[in-house]
Amino acid sequence: MTRKAFVYDAVRSPRGRGKPDGGLHSVTSVSLAAQMLEAVRDRNDLDTALVDDVVFGCVDAVGEQGGVITRTAVLRAGYDSGVAGVQVNRFCGSGLEACSIAAAKVVSGEAELAIGGGVASMSRVPMGIEGGAIATDPTSMFDNYTLPQGVAADLLATLDGRSREDVDSYAAESQRRAANAWKDGRFARSIVPVKDDVGMIALDHDEHVRGDTTVETLAKLKPSFAQIGEMLFDGVARQRYPQIDRISHIHHPGNSAGIVDGAAAVLIGSAEAGERAGLKPRGILRGAASIGSEPALMLSGPAAVVEKLLRAQRLAPSDIDIFELNEAFAAVVLRMMSALNIPHEKMNVNGGAIAMGHPLGATGAMLVGTVLDELERTGKEFGVVALCVGAGMGTAALVQRV
Amino acid sequence: MNNWRVEVDGEGVALVTFDMAGRKVNTLNAEVISEFTSIVERIRSDDAIKGVVIASAKAGSFCAGGDLGDIESFAGPGEPGKEAETLAHDIERMTKDLTLFRGLETSGKPVACAIEGTTLGGGAELAMACHYRVAADNEHVVLGLPEGGLGLLPGGGGTQRLPRLVGIRESLPILLDGATKTAAEALAIGLINEIVPTGQTVDRARAWVLSSPEAVQPWDKPKFQVPGGGPYVQANSEAIAMHTALSRVKFYDNYPAQRHILAALYEGIQVPIDAGLRIEMHEFIKTVRTPQALAMIRTLFLSPREIKSGVNRPAGHPVRTFKKAAVLGAGLMGAGIACVQAKMGIETVLIDRTPEAADRGKAYTAKYLGKQVSRGRMTQEKADVILARILPTTDYADVQGSDIVIEAVFEDRDVKADVTRLAEAQLGEDAIMATNTSTLPITGLATASVRPENFIGLHFFSPVERMDLVEIIRGERTSDAALAAAYDYIAAIRKTPISVKDSRGFYTSRTITRYLDEPCEMLIEGIAPTIIENIGLMTGMPVGPLSLPDAIGLELSYHVAAQTKRDLGDAYQETASDTVLDFLVAKHGRHGRRNGKGFYDYSDDGKVKTLWSGLSELAEPVMTDAFSDDVKTELKKRILYRMTLEAARCMEEGVISDPREADVGAVLGFGFPRWTGGPISLIEQVGVAKFVKECDALADRHGERFRPGQMLRTMAADGRTFY
Repeated sequence: MTRKAFVYDAVRSPRGRGKPDGGLHSVTSVSLAAQMLEAVRDRNDLDTALVDDVVFGCVDAVGEQGGVITRTAVLRAGYDSGVAGVQVNRFCGSGLEACSIAAAKVVSGEAELAIGGGVASMSRVPMGIEGGAIATDPTSMFDNYTLPQGVAADLLATLDGRSREDVDSYAAESQRRAANAWKDGRFARSIVPVKDDVGMIALDHDEHVRGDTTVETLAKLKPSFAQIGEMLFDGVARQRYPQIDRISHIHHPGNSAGIVDGAAAVLIGSAEAGERAGLKPRGILRGAASIGSEPALMLSGPAAVVEKLLRAQRLAPSDIDIFELNEAFAAVVLRMMSALNIPHEKMNVNGGAIAMGHPLGATGAMLVGTVLDELERTGKEFGVVALCVGAGMGTAALVQRV
Repeated sequence: MNNWRVEVDGEGVALVTFDMAGRKVNTLNAEVISEFTSIVERIRSDDAIKGVVIASAKAGSFCAGGDLGDIESFAGPGEPGKEAETLAHDIERMTKDLTLFRGLETSGKPVACAIEGTTLGGGAELAMACHYRVAADNEHVVLGLPEGGLGLLPGGGGTQRLPRLVGIRESLPILLDGATKTAAEALAIGLINEIVPTGQTVDRARAWVLSSPEAVQPWDKPKFQVPGGGPYVQANSEAIAMHTALSRVKFYDNYPAQRHILAALYEGIQVPIDAGLRIEMHEFIKTVRTPQALAMIRTLFLSPREIKSGVNRPAGHPVRTFKKAAVLGAGLMGAGIACVQAKMGIETVLIDRTPEAADRGKAYTAKYLGKQVSRGRMTQEKADVILARILPTTDYADVQGSDIVIEAVFEDRDVKADVTRLAEAQLGEDAIMATNTSTLPITGLATASVRPENFIGLHFFSPVERMDLVEIIRGERTSDAALAAAYDYIAAIRKTPISVKDSRGFYTSRTITRYLDEPCEMLIEGIAPTIIENIGLMTGMPVGPLSLPDAIGLELSYHVAAQTKRDLGDAYQETASDTVLDFLVAKHGRHGRRNGKGFYDYSDDGKVKTLWSGLSELAEPVMTDAFSDDVKTELKKRILYRMTLEAARCMEEGVISDPREADVGAVLGFGFPRWTGGPISLIEQVGVAKFVKECDALADRHGERFRPGQMLRTMAADGRTFY
């Protein structure tokens, strides 16, 4: 019989504003990651010697996030020194990729127990600081018609004929849902408050949520990518998509993912390992998929990757009870909803990154927990987690409640 | 040595003076480099030489760069089947050049460069291979690497030494766009070390040499760091990304050189100088071996030079000089021609029907000169002298004594005949009577002339002061002497002549017509107008195919077509542009930019334009997505090949006979994409046989208009080429 990857627990930190005045700014990324590992151990009374490997997503793995931060965090958390650590980067999909790799290790028999997760202290290690040929090597940029991500989001919206009101309405609803979910305690099972050096609580809630947001308040925000687009990059986009005359620059900080600090960890293992450790399974990571998509447009991967995932699982989008698609930009979510005919009632039911923020390396792992919590709350069975990924990729996973 | 002098003084300083025999400026050709190689060998081996100063004997010029004729000799992909062999040869040849400058800067002896004038391309690269650069405080001092803007790559260490001197950010515009620096600007960014008064650079350079027994380039010192850091310093990474995008936006990725320059900079700066120089050499060879590089060197530099030197001027007629010239009609064209003549020192009579109109014509030059003065390109005194050369008048008696008359009145046969008679009445036997027409046959106009053998067509382009081309149209009775005189006149006003047969649309007007025609075919087919416009720009044409007719005026194109129809009668072949012009002009009263509506709707101030939604009445768009590279390639080919085929037909019909003139005429006359080197060079780039095959395939898919003519077929069959 094929081995299954059971999810025994999922925790996440609150998301702190990704700025020097953010609630997690004074917490190092190693400490942030370690506190998630400590929570997994302490909540489950886990003998950490049973854990074979810890896989964390980490984008911008430089400075304090560099040098395989996962191993450093394992040691900081006081895990058995025999526990390994590895850090993976699939840009925005890193946290989910880490969980999928951990699950694959379990399914293949390489690991009995593994932890997937991710960390991003964006207030401390600025986004993009690690560089990379993708946005510096001119040959690659020529070949790929490389665009800044925000211009790509506006291009996506333009190709889909989205108006500013379309994206702002979606964003306002995300805020409303997130505020409502917090009020309702729907994240309570996953949230692990982050502590400071003396053990006082540094942050216990998502700082970025603005529940009173409306389409009218959003209308006041200036588009973020109009200037750089009109000055330069719209011209590049027009050469890749000659059907475009003008790009509608409609994304702004209010309808795109917030920059935040955060970490998450998901405990994954075989049925036998769970039994031996006295753990009760909450769900199964049934499968995962990744794809490459058109690199200039960059953000069109989700629909294709979810189709690939569901095809392999012999499921249709209509079989899925809830979808968690990372709200990198409002237009990204709108596109997948249209492409796969997903009703808004099933999409990001408790809000998303527009409201709560997107700690790059961690978000995917956070969403595994978010899906599980919601499936358990509603008694439903299937949830899909998906993320659009820089350089034109998409990654997704299927979560089944047990 | 023919090009250099070496004098070693009592203190062991060798003054190496660059002084090409019989030339006004210095360039780097094979002989110059060979001689310099022996100089570098001597510097390295002669113990009596303690240090070196390199200077130029040419006033206002240090060195203008590499000799493009030399580069042309090994440009292009080379003979098919011998690619590996020629590549090895190129690498061997370039390695020698590379070691030359490297040998200079690692001789262990201090080398300073004394710059008193233009220092471009290879000249700037030589300067950067010196340890110290002293420039004179004068306006002739300009430093830069123009190769990038011309489709080439600085291959003498420019992409490596420049960023190591001034940093990545400052290097990008210099390398990619050929941005030049004055002495002060060069000092500010660290490209030169010092500015001294004119005439003192050699002394100062010598003093530096004597005070600097140690001479090591910064990049040869241990722990060298590139100023401003490597490509992964965030500001540099961003600058590279911006300039990569800027290059694509400007050149549509049509110039291979742009990619190669960026690659040489980005990859070369991350390794030690010797490895960097090898990377540059590889990128240089890759660039030079592209058919685009060969075509551009030829059409942008060599062919205009050859054409201007009079290769096609009838021989045996003494060179005529032009002291006085009259221009009939002070409209836009006449005023522009007067401006150019006055600038080149020709006394100019500018005639119109009223004194006001004639004065307005002169005011055009006043305005032009005013701009030159305010931008610091000309002194007020010089501008005054030029302006005084123009005499605005209504009196044909003033024409008397003119060596040539340029008639530039309204395109109407009767009006032209009248003024021709009035002017000729004042002219001497030898004077040339020229008509500036873009449409009317010269032979017909010549019937108004009393001396049809002296009557000739000169088709200027607007704005005359900026457009370098003049089409010479020979009528049936035009004499060789008059033709030779026309060449001399064009040389006198420093334009580039091409000689064409008297036929409808001559050469350039006829060829550009296809730039409207094929896009109209596309419109009628249902290809979205935005796609047509963007693809047109992506071919490298300077203005989109739907914007251009709007700017020229749709009504004008409509009337020209109507006149042609009347002239040709049943022989006229309806085109897609007739259908579209009829729809826009006759049916909807859309006359183009002038009345605010054409293919586009224009805002009242004319600044914002939006494609007119009513175009969908012509055809509901069926192609609204042109992402696919195959689709793009096909559409680009359709637009370029229609013009190219028309140019080839002109060659076949003898409308134009020299391929160099066909190429130069298309590029200078109506902005045919520079990367192609012109339509004939485009055929050569593709290969005649392959071009014929591609056109046949296009004809099968899109219609007989793409079917190539017999000349191309025969050439393909015989394996012949144009050049």
